[in-house]
Order: sequence, then structure tokens, then C-alpha cells
Amino acid sequence: MTVTSAPARGGISGIRRQPGHGDAPRARRRRWLPFSPWHLVLIPATLVLLFPFVWLLITSLETPAEALRFPPVLDPHVIRFANYSDALASAPFVRFFINSAVVAVLTVLSNLVLCSLAGYAFARFRFLGRTALFAVLMATLMVPFQVTMIPQFIITKWLGVHVLAAAGIDHLGALILPNCATAFGIFFLRQFFKTLPLEYEESARVDGANRLTVMIRIVLPLATPALATLAALTFIDSWNNFLWPLIAITSTDQMTLPLGLATFQGAHSTEWTLLMAGNVMSLAPMLAVFFLAQRYFIRSVAATGLAGT
Amino acid sequence: MASDHFAGWAFVTPGVVIILLFGAVPIVWSAVMSFQRNNLLSPSTPFVGVANYTQMVHDPIVVQAIQHTLIYTALFVPGTMVVGLFLAVAMNRKIRFISFYRTAAYATMAISTISEAIVFIWLFDPSYGVVNYFFSLVGIPQQQFLNSPSEALYVIVAMTIWGWTGFSVVIYLAALQGIPQTLLEAASIDGAGPWRAFRRITLPLLSPASLFLAVWLTINALQLFDEVYLSTQGGPLNATTVLVYYLYNQAFQQFNFGYASAIAYFLFLVIIVVTVIQFRAGKRFTYYRS
Repeated sequence: MTVTSAPARGGISGIRRQPGHGDAPRARRRRWLPFSPWHLVLIPATLVLLFPFVWLLITSLETPAEALRFPPVLDPHVIRFANYSDALASAPFVRFFINSAVVAVLTVLSNLVLCSLAGYAFARFRFLGRTALFAVLMATLMVPFQVTMIPQFIITKWLGVHVLAAAGIDHLGALILPNCATAFGIFFLRQFFKTLPLEYEESARVDGANRLTVMIRIVLPLATPALATLAALTFIDSWNNFLWPLIAITSTDQMTLPLGLATFQGAHSTEWTLLMAGNVMSLAPMLAVFFLAQRYFIRSVAATGLAGT
Repeated sequence: MASDHFAGWAFVTPGVVIILLFGAVPIVWSAVMSFQRNNLLSPSTPFVGVANYTQMVHDPIVVQAIQHTLIYTALFVPGTMVVGLFLAVAMNRKIRFISFYRTAAYATMAISTISEAIVFIWLFDPSYGVVNYFFSLVGIPQQQFLNSPSEALYVIVAMTIWGWTGFSVVIYLAALQGIPQTLLEAASIDGAGPWRAFRRITLPLLSPASLFLAVWLTINALQLFDEVYLSTQGGPLNATTVLVYYLYNQAFQQFNFGYASAIAYFLFLVIIVVTVIQFRAGKRFTYYRS
């Protein structure tokens, strides 16, 4: 009996290996097959999970005539890359991608800055109104977006007309400003900051560093994992957001990928090869980012679940 | 300590202003609006008491939308949890290609609801869809799927379960990896078979993760919108009109802000009630090790 066989809770990188349940009895049963019987379950399951991706890719490379055949053509005779250039010619996917990237990156950066500042103050400072203010923030966390979206639309419209056009309806700023700080981000970072030992901060304060310097030089480096998690979650949310862009944006050149793709679908709902080519181009960047940073994304998503347990 | 007041407010103000302006103020505002008549026809916005709320009771589409939302939630939440649990248990072992299998499940997390819906409309296309082709191979007649009032909602259940598979696998896999192997080894020595060990040890230890998933998926299911907007627009014959779709329709297609706000608050109430019930019920069967 070794204690080391108990893996740590944090070990869910997707790569970390550990022994399966009750290795001893299974080893005996496994002998009737040259491989683990779990493959018999996992191979069909994986085929079902991957099939939509594969079919999407196949259709995006078919000729329109072959796509509209029943029974479907599973191995196209002609590979037609022109679907992609046709899709690019009928909708500005590069523009959608740039808009999505601008919105997502700025939203992530502003969340990291604003939520760190506020989260640190709520974790460490004692100031007048702190408890009440924090309670108000927590209350907004519980309310679904659908409750706030109508006033948010009216406020954004007003801001665009009277204060700053770039943050108004039908401008990219309208997608960034309302989300540039979130109650969840403040709460999440506050909880993390509270777990850090006070000693470093206190000794730096004794040495004469001001509050902001202490936070930037000492606290934030220690909080890198939490900041990475918040960045990953904010990025996914921003990248996939649909309802608010649908309400706030009407001009094609201000659309993000999900909205642009949905509009493209509305205009070409039966041109399947064109649609699938557009769809591949829309989901490829996120899929690539996801594979490159898989560990971060998985850890971040798991963190939300473990926080609840 | 005096300087803390200044530093505290200086640090929190930028973030708090945003959240108050776009979060807290709208909560109050839409509550007020739900008691007003606010639409394009009337230039003023008079208070009408609870008229918007009584209108909901008499609106047959609201009743349908509630039914569809509840049916959808009742299928989607357990469906996603069972699929996620099954795959996570299967993937929680050291065998060949395991990281490939896991990545295939995780990949569904990287795809947006819109991309997902477009792929599934094509898969389930009544005339040229590959699902109808697979059906024909096993002798099932051609189905109308999203064009059929009796099938459309179930197609949306299927596509969203697929889309959430990665998420539920990640949550369950993380929880499974937190279970000490010593417990399972002890059970095995005591003569418990794998199924008994799973029922008596693994499942209870996973209950916090199950409760989290149940609550999280339910909150999302009650807010279903993207897939409906893209695939059916609430049709055919309102068969897939769910609460948030109807709310969107009232707010931003009919511009009945007052009525839409009342529906939004009703949705909020439903979410609170369902979540509280889940936590209450969860207390009974949830097992916390610490």
C-alpha cells in the first residue's frame, strides 16, 4: 500500500497518467483480448464525437452537386478548394476573425487589469462601504443576462449617442465595454488573493512600497495560475458570445465570427458546401488555440467545477 | 488605515463602475420596466401594474415556451451528465491512445454554439442529411427532423448534448482523479467487484461534481437560445419556442420592452427556484469527504 498512488486533485492536465481502478482483477480479465476492452467502448464513442467535424470538413471540400446527393457521397471524387474562396468572396470572414480577436483580447486584458485591482482591494484593504459594495457585486452574479440585456441595450445606445460613439450600438466597443470587468472575475481573484500568505506583502509595505507596487511586484506574480484561468475562461466566453452581439451589432463590418457566421447562414442556407467552408474557417482559429493551450483550457474549466465541489 | 479608504476606492472604482452601470442598474431598470407599458406604439411609458405579468398567464405561447424549456432541460441535463460520466470513467485509465480519445471529447468544447448548430442542421437535413442515410441503412424511414414539430426539439437536445460533452467529461475526469486509489484497492481486497465498487465508492465520491454539473447545466439549459435561433427560429409551429427565444422575439423583434422584461423576471424566478430545489435535494445525496 503506497500513499503515492493517490493522485493530487490538480492533476487533470489530460496527460497525467495514473493507474486505473482495481488493476489486479482487471489484469486477469483482460487476457481474452490483446488490448484493453475499453477500446471497444472508446473507439465508437470517439467516432461519434468526431464525426460532425469530419463530415463538416468533407462537405466543405465537395462540389455543390455531390453535396446534394442522396445517399450522401462519403468520399468526394473531386476536391474543391474553391468553396473556401467562394465563401471568402461572399462574406468577410477575415474581418469577422479580426473583430472577434480584437474584442476577445481587449476583453481579456481589461478583465485582468480591472478585476485584479478590485479583487485585490476586496481581499486586502479595509475601506468604507466594502462589505455593501461586495454584496451588490455578488447579487449581480446570480442574475441571468436576459434580465439585464434590454436596459444594457438602451444604456449602450445612449452612450454611443451622447458620450462615445465607438462604444455605442453597432460598434465593436459595445461588445467590449459592458464586459471589460465582471463580478465573477473580481470574486474569483479575490478568493485566490485571500489564500496567499500576507508576510511578503507586509514586509514590502514596511520597506516603503506603496499598495500598487506591492500588488504588481509581489501579488500578481504569485497569482499567475489564477490569472491564466480567468484569461482562458474570459476568452472562451467572449469568443463564443452570440446573443449580445446579435442585439448590439447590425453592420457586417462590425460583426464577430459567431454573428457573422449566423448571418452568412441566413443568406446561404441551402448552399451547403459554401456554408461548411465558412464554418471551417470560423471554428479553425479557436480549435487551433484550444489544441495549443489545451492544458490551460482544461485546467481552467476543471477549476470552475472543483470550485463548486 | 485612513489611506486604505482612498486606495480601496481607487482600486475598485473602474471595475465597479462598469458592473454597476451594465449589471446592477439594468437589474433595477428592467424590474421597473416590467411594470410599465413600453413598446414602439406608445411614446410614453405609463405604469400598468402587474398587467405584463397577467398577460403572460393568458399568453398561449408563453405556456408552450415554458413546456418546451422544461422538456428540453429534463432531457438535456441528465443526458449530458450520463454521457459525460460514462466517457470520463472509460477515459480514466492508462491505455494506448488515451490522450487522443480525451482530446476528441475536449474538442467539442472549442466549437461555438453557432458552428455546432450549422453542422447539425446539415447532419440532420431531411433530404440530403447523413443521419437519414444511416437511418436508411438500418431500415428506419426518412425523418423530417428539424422540419417536424414532433422531432425538432429532440434534434436540438442531441446537438447540445454533443456540444457539452467535453465540458462534462472534464468535470467528471477531474473529480475521478481526485478519488484516492487506496479506497478502490481496499474495496477490491474486500471482494467487491468493479460494478459494486463503482456504485458504492466512485459514484458517492463523485456526487459533488454531479451536483455542480446538474446546477450548471440546468442554468444553461433554461437559457437555451443560440441553437434555436439558428436552426428553427422557434418553429415549426412554435415547437421549439423556448423562454429565452420568445423573450428575444418580444424584446428585439416586437420591441415590447415591458412585456419582455416581465418574461425575463419570470425566467429569473424559474432559475432561482430550480437551483434552490437542486441544492436542497443535493444535500441529501451529496457526500463531501472533507
